Amino acid sequence: MHENNTNIPTVDVSALQGSSASTGSLDDEAIALQVKDLDFYYGSSKALKNINMVIPQKRVTAFIGPSGCGKSTLLRCFNRMNDLIDDIHIDGEILLQGQNIYDKAINVASLRRRVGMVFQKPNPFPKSVFENVAYGLRIQGMNDRRRLAEVVEKSLKDAALWDEVKDRLDDNALGLSGGQQQRLVIARAIAIEPEVLLLDEPASALDPISTLKLEELIYELKSSYTIIIVTHNMQQAARVSDYCTFLLLGELIEMANTNTLFTNPQQKQTEDYITGRYG
Amino acid sequence: MIHNWFKSGSPWIWLSAAAVSISVLLVVALLGLIAARGLVFFWPKDVLQAQYQDQAGSSYRLIGEIQETEEIPTARLKESGVEPPGDQVAYTRYLVKTGNRDSLGMDFRLVLPDFLTNIEYPTDLIVVERREWGNLYGYLKQVKENGQVVAEGKAAVAELNKRLERTLDLFRQIRHIEKNLIGAINYELEQLRLEERKLNLDNNHDPVKRTAIATRRSELQSRYEVLQKQRNNLFPQFNRDSFSAEIMDGRVVEVSLSKVVRFYFPNAMGLGGKINHYFGKLWEFVSDEPREANTEGGIFPAIFGTVMMVLLMSILVTPCGVVAAVYLREYAKQGFIVRLIRIAVNNLAGVPSIVYGVFGLGFFVYFLGGNIDALFFPEARPTPTFGTPGILWSSITLALLTLPVVIVATEEGLSRVPRSIREGSLALGATKAETLWRTVLPMASPAMMTGLILAVARAAGEVAPLMLVGVVKLAPSLPLDGNAPYLHLDRKFMHLGFHIYDVGFQSPNVEAARPLVYATALLLVLVIIILNLAAIRIRNRLREKYRTLES
Repeated sequence: MHENNTNIPTVDVSALQGSSASTGSLDDEAIALQVKDLDFYYGSSKALKNINMVIPQKRVTAFIGPSGCGKSTLLRCFNRMNDLIDDIHIDGEILLQGQNIYDKAINVASLRRRVGMVFQKPNPFPKSVFENVAYGLRIQGMNDRRRLAEVVEKSLKDAALWDEVKDRLDDNALGLSGGQQQRLVIARAIAIEPEVLLLDEPASALDPISTLKLEELIYELKSSYTIIIVTHNMQQAARVSDYCTFLLLGELIEMANTNTLFTNPQQKQTEDYITGRYG
Repeated sequence: MIHNWFKSGSPWIWLSAAAVSISVLLVVALLGLIAARGLVFFWPKDVLQAQYQDQAGSSYRLIGEIQETEEIPTARLKESGVEPPGDQVAYTRYLVKTGNRDSLGMDFRLVLPDFLTNIEYPTDLIVVERREWGNLYGYLKQVKENGQVVAEGKAAVAELNKRLERTLDLFRQIRHIEKNLIGAINYELEQLRLEERKLNLDNNHDPVKRTAIATRRSELQSRYEVLQKQRNNLFPQFNRDSFSAEIMDGRVVEVSLSKVVRFYFPNAMGLGGKINHYFGKLWEFVSDEPREANTEGGIFPAIFGTVMMVLLMSILVTPCGVVAAVYLREYAKQGFIVRLIRIAVNNLAGVPSIVYGVFGLGFFVYFLGGNIDALFFPEARPTPTFGTPGILWSSITLALLTLPVVIVATEEGLSRVPRSIREGSLALGATKAETLWRTVLPMASPAMMTGLILAVARAAGEVAPLMLVGVVKLAPSLPLDGNAPYLHLDRKFMHLGFHIYDVGFQSPNVEAARPLVYATALLLVLVIIILNLAAIRIRNRLREKYRTLES
C-alpha cells in the first residue's frame, strides 16, 4: 500500500536551494496577516473549515492543494474579493497588522489598496500601458502627469517590464504578449504600493519562459512585499516560496517552511499529495 | 440518395441562401424603385407638340410632356366617355402634362396616341417654372419692360435670360429683407410685447423698465420702417419686366418675371445641358424651401427638421437609457421585480407608435406643456408656448419610444464586460462606481452606440406619433435660427416622413406631386442611412479602442 513512500522526493530538490533564503521557522517571522477560526460558506456548503494560520511578512507563502480545495477562496478572503459573490457567509477573523479586515468599520476599497491582487489570466484594461499602471493612482486622485510618470516608470522597472515597453507606453496594453501582460498587471498592482500582494495562479496561462521571468520577479519583489501565491505547480511552489501551505477539501492540513514541507511532510495527506497521489 | 442529401445538411444551406437572396432582392427592388421613380423626376423631358383629333370631333393643338404611359381596357375607356378609334381590346393612353393651369384650368390631359397627328418636338418650345400656377409650356413671343416691348423673336431669349437674372437677384434681396431682417425685428417686437405684458401681470410699474421697453420699441419700429421702405422701393423694380408667350390653345399670355423661377428649352438641350439642368433641380430640391403647397421647390426645411429632431432625441434618450441600464444591470438586486421591469421595458418596444403619440399629446403637450406655460410664460397666454405640439415634445415622445432599445442594448453591453476586468479594477482599490465610470462604461460604449443606431433608425422613420406632437405641413421658420436664443424648442417643424404623406395624399395636385413622393422617400432613406453610418463609424472607433480580451 505504501510502495511509493520509498521514493518520496519527486520534487527536484536542487530547485529549492535558490529560493530558500529563509530556512527558519514561522515562529521567528514578523507577522503580516493572521487568520483566526475562519469558516467560509458558499450558500450552505462549507468551502473553508476552521482555518487558523499566519502569513509571515516580506516572505513568499505558497498555497498548494488539489483543485477545489479552497486555496483560491482563502486567497480572495484576504482582500475581500469574495464579497462580490452573492450568497456567501464568513465566520472568523483575518487580521491585517492586527486589525480585523472583516470589521464593519473597514473601508473595502482602502483595504484593497493595501492588499493588491494579480489574477490567473492577465486582465489589463483596454487602455494604454501607461494608463494601466497609472489606474490605481488616478483612482486615488493623483493627476500630476510628472509624478504619475515617475511612479509608472518605477513600477514598470520593479516589474521587470520597463525595458520592453518604455517605447510603447501609449500603445494599447492588449497588444502586449501574455507574459508581458501579466507583468504589467503586477506593475499595476505594485504602483499603489500595497503591503501584501496576492497572486492567484499567476503563471498558469503563461509559457515556460514567461513563467521563469515571473518567478524571478516574485523573488525580487519579496524584499518589499508580503506575497501569497496560489499555484497548482508544486515545482513552482518549491522554487519561489519560503513557506508552503497545503490545503485539502477546505481544511488546512499543514503549513511549514517549504524545504521542510517538501522533504519531510508531517502529515500523511501532504505526503500523498506531493508524491502525486492526488494528481 | 435523397436521404443522404438531407443528412448532409445541404437542403438547409440552400434554404437559408434562398431566404437571404429574397431579402436582398426585396431591399434592392425597393431602393431601385424609389431611386428610379424619384431621380428621373428632375430629368428634363422632351415636350411634344401634336394635333389632337378624336371621333367626337374635338380638335386642338396639344403641347406638353408625356408623364406616364398605361394600357387601358376598351370597356374602361368607353366608361370614361371616350369612343375608341378601333376595336382593339385595350389601348395605350398617355398622361400628358400640359401645364398652364391658370389658362387651361388643369395640369394634365389623358389622350390616346391614336388621336394624335403631326407629332413633333420643336426646339423653340419653352418651359417656364413659375412660383404660382405651375409650369408654362409655349412659344416665347416678347419680353417687355413696364409693358413696353424690348425684344422679340430670337433676341427675346437672351433678353429674357438677362432680365430673369436681375429679377432673381431682386427676389433674393427682398426675401432677405422680409425673412431675415424684418423677421428678426418682428421676433424682437413680440418679445418686447411679452415683456410688457409680464410687467402688467406682475403689477410692476417700474418706470425705468417701461421706458426701456418703449425706447427699444420705437427704435425697432423706426428700423422696421426703413426696411419697409427699402422693400417697397424694390417692388416696382422687381415687377418691372414681363414676357408674353403663346400657349397651346393659341392664346398669348403675359407673365411677370417676378413669378418666374427658371425657364429652359428642353427640346433644344444637349446632353450636357440636360445634366446641368438635372443637377440644378436636384440641388434646388435639397436646399430650397417648398412652394405651391409643397408640390414644387425643395424640401430643405423637412430635411433639417428630421435631422434636428433625431439629434435631439439621441441627446435625450442616450443618457436616460444608459443610466437605467446601469441601474438594472449593476445595482438592482436581480430578482422577481427586476425581471418584471425588464419584461415591461422589452414590451414597451412593441407598443404601437401612435399610442406614444397619444400619450405625448396628452401628457407632454397638454399636461407638462400647459403647466410650463402657466408657470413660466403667463404673459404669452392664452397663446400657448410649450402647451402646443413642438419639436421638443416630438423629440421626447420619440425618446420614450426608443428608450427600450437603448436600455436593452446597453444592458447587453454591460453584461459582456468580462468579470476579470471589473475584478482587476476593484482589486486596485476602486469603488464600484469608479470601476463603472472608468472601465465598464467605456467598454460598454460600443453597445450603447448600437442601441443608439437602432433608436435612430426607428425614430427617423416614425411619422404617426409626430403628427400628434409637433409635425406640420408647412413650418414658417426653422427651429434653429439667428434670433436669440437660437434654438426654439417650442416651434413646430417639418419632417420628411410626414412630407411624403402630405404630398402624396393631401396635396391638391396629386398627379403632379407623385414623382416628388418618390424623390422625398429616397431622400428620407438617404438621411437615415447617413445618420446610421455616422453612428456606426463612431461605434467602430470605440470598438477598436475598447476591444476586450476575448476578441
